[in-house]
Amino acid sequence: MPETLVAAAALAKSFRNGIAALSSVDLAVSRGEFVGVLGPSGCGKSTLLRILAGLTEPTAGRLERSGDLADNIGFVFQEPTLMPWATVWDNVYLPLRLRGAGRAAAAPRIGAMLESLGLGEFAFAYPRQLSGGMRMRVSIARALVTEPALLLLDEPFAALDEITRFKLNEELRALWQMHRCTIVFVTHSVFESVFLTNRIVVMTKRPGRIVADLPVNLPEARNASLRLTPLYVEVCRAVSAKLAEAMA
Amino acid sequence: MNGNRLARILGPIIVGLLVIAAWHGIVWWFAIPPYVLPKPGVIAQTLWTDGPSLMASLLVTLRITVAALAVAVLLGGTLAVLFSLSKTIEVSFFPYAVILQVTPVVSIAPLIIIWANDVFLSLLICATIVAFFPILANTTLGLNSADRNLVDLFRLYGAGRLQTLRLLRLPSALPLFLAGLRISGGLALIGAVVAEFVAGTGGAETGLASRILEAGYRLEIARMFAALFLLSLTGIAIFAVLSWLSRRLLRHWHESALEPSD
Repeated sequence: MPETLVAAAALAKSFRNGIAALSSVDLAVSRGEFVGVLGPSGCGKSTLLRILAGLTEPTAGRLERSGDLADNIGFVFQEPTLMPWATVWDNVYLPLRLRGAGRAAAAPRIGAMLESLGLGEFAFAYPRQLSGGMRMRVSIARALVTEPALLLLDEPFAALDEITRFKLNEELRALWQMHRCTIVFVTHSVFESVFLTNRIVVMTKRPGRIVADLPVNLPEARNASLRLTPLYVEVCRAVSAKLAEAMA
Repeated sequence: MNGNRLARILGPIIVGLLVIAAWHGIVWWFAIPPYVLPKPGVIAQTLWTDGPSLMASLLVTLRITVAALAVAVLLGGTLAVLFSLSKTIEVSFFPYAVILQVTPVVSIAPLIIIWANDVFLSLLICATIVAFFPILANTTLGLNSADRNLVDLFRLYGAGRLQTLRLLRLPSALPLFLAGLRISGGLALIGAVVAEFVAGTGGAETGLASRILEAGYRLEIARMFAALFLLSLTGIAIFAVLSWLSRRLLRHWHESALEPSD
């Protein structure tokens, strides 16, 4: 049994305006897992992710995080959230810079990260010169550059067109296979969660609660052709059924 | 596009020439005496003959303006940074900054002149009071409007307050600071002139305001207009320089400074 990286027990969160975002969430994520959190819009998925990251405190419940996690989390937001005044290179350098790494020392790592995301020739471009998909790639490169123990993604591809989205799904899956970091990926897309992850937890409408925890039994290596296989469609159907139950 | 550009240059010039021609015509037609309204040609001539001595006065006014703008940037900027670091400081001090802003400078100028007991210093203080509020207000707003997700990201990576200030809040505030600076540039000039009107200095170093007053007393209306003309020219130049600076600093990333894409 692999070691548990982060565990939430009976987690609840209400905001100051009285809205309850999460009611009672139990979720344990093991090292090396790729977990999808699936649920309707506004079900508290993002809130759960922010609690896992330590950006928001839960109102009730317990959160246990492995010791090496404290300052080693990557986060990708719904928007690319880049600094518009900084080049691609400087945006990816930011997490290393905040940890005190010099430019020269960080350069090889940043160069390799940009290459692996197909951003090599855009190192000195500014975010406004890039397409939405490229900006999201920069955002992912920035999150991965610290080699995080845990990578949290909050519907990162929701605003992209489907062609770009499929492509980035394939790339993210490949990156996970290469780096083997632990990923929690929040989405409201059944197809996306099935394609990407090894395990899907389904949440109810607000206040969110986890009602299903499903393994995704698909081959490890995945590419575009997987989307056409009956096996993929079958898993999507099963997950959709669970989601429908959760929404009822 | 090309015709548009031509219109942008030619349009104002034609309007200006028409106004000058109408002015000349009206003065000539109604035989208005030069001590009420001189002809444009007379003003141009005065500008030529009195130019050197007016320029010396302009330099005095300009020195106060630039010094006041520099102090306003330093004071307004520092205060804005302090505000952004502590909400308590902001809510405690901001009302007084507003009071300073809404008090007409002419009404406190006499007090300042008495207290400062030095002409340059008192004019500098008056002009600074007028100029510093837009910088303070805009920079404070800019520092507080950094992208919330980026603020979270900085927190996630354990950035300190000063790191967040330097790498995130200050760059975020730059466009608004520069907008404030452009307003303050004009206000510093106005403040310097208004304060000098109140102070009504004599002595060796007189600014343009004193020259306007003095010309008014002597009914040398042409010289008054010449000095006014120099003042507007200075105001326009300050605005142009600060606009250029703003475009230059923001050209890579801010919408306001981008070239049209087609």
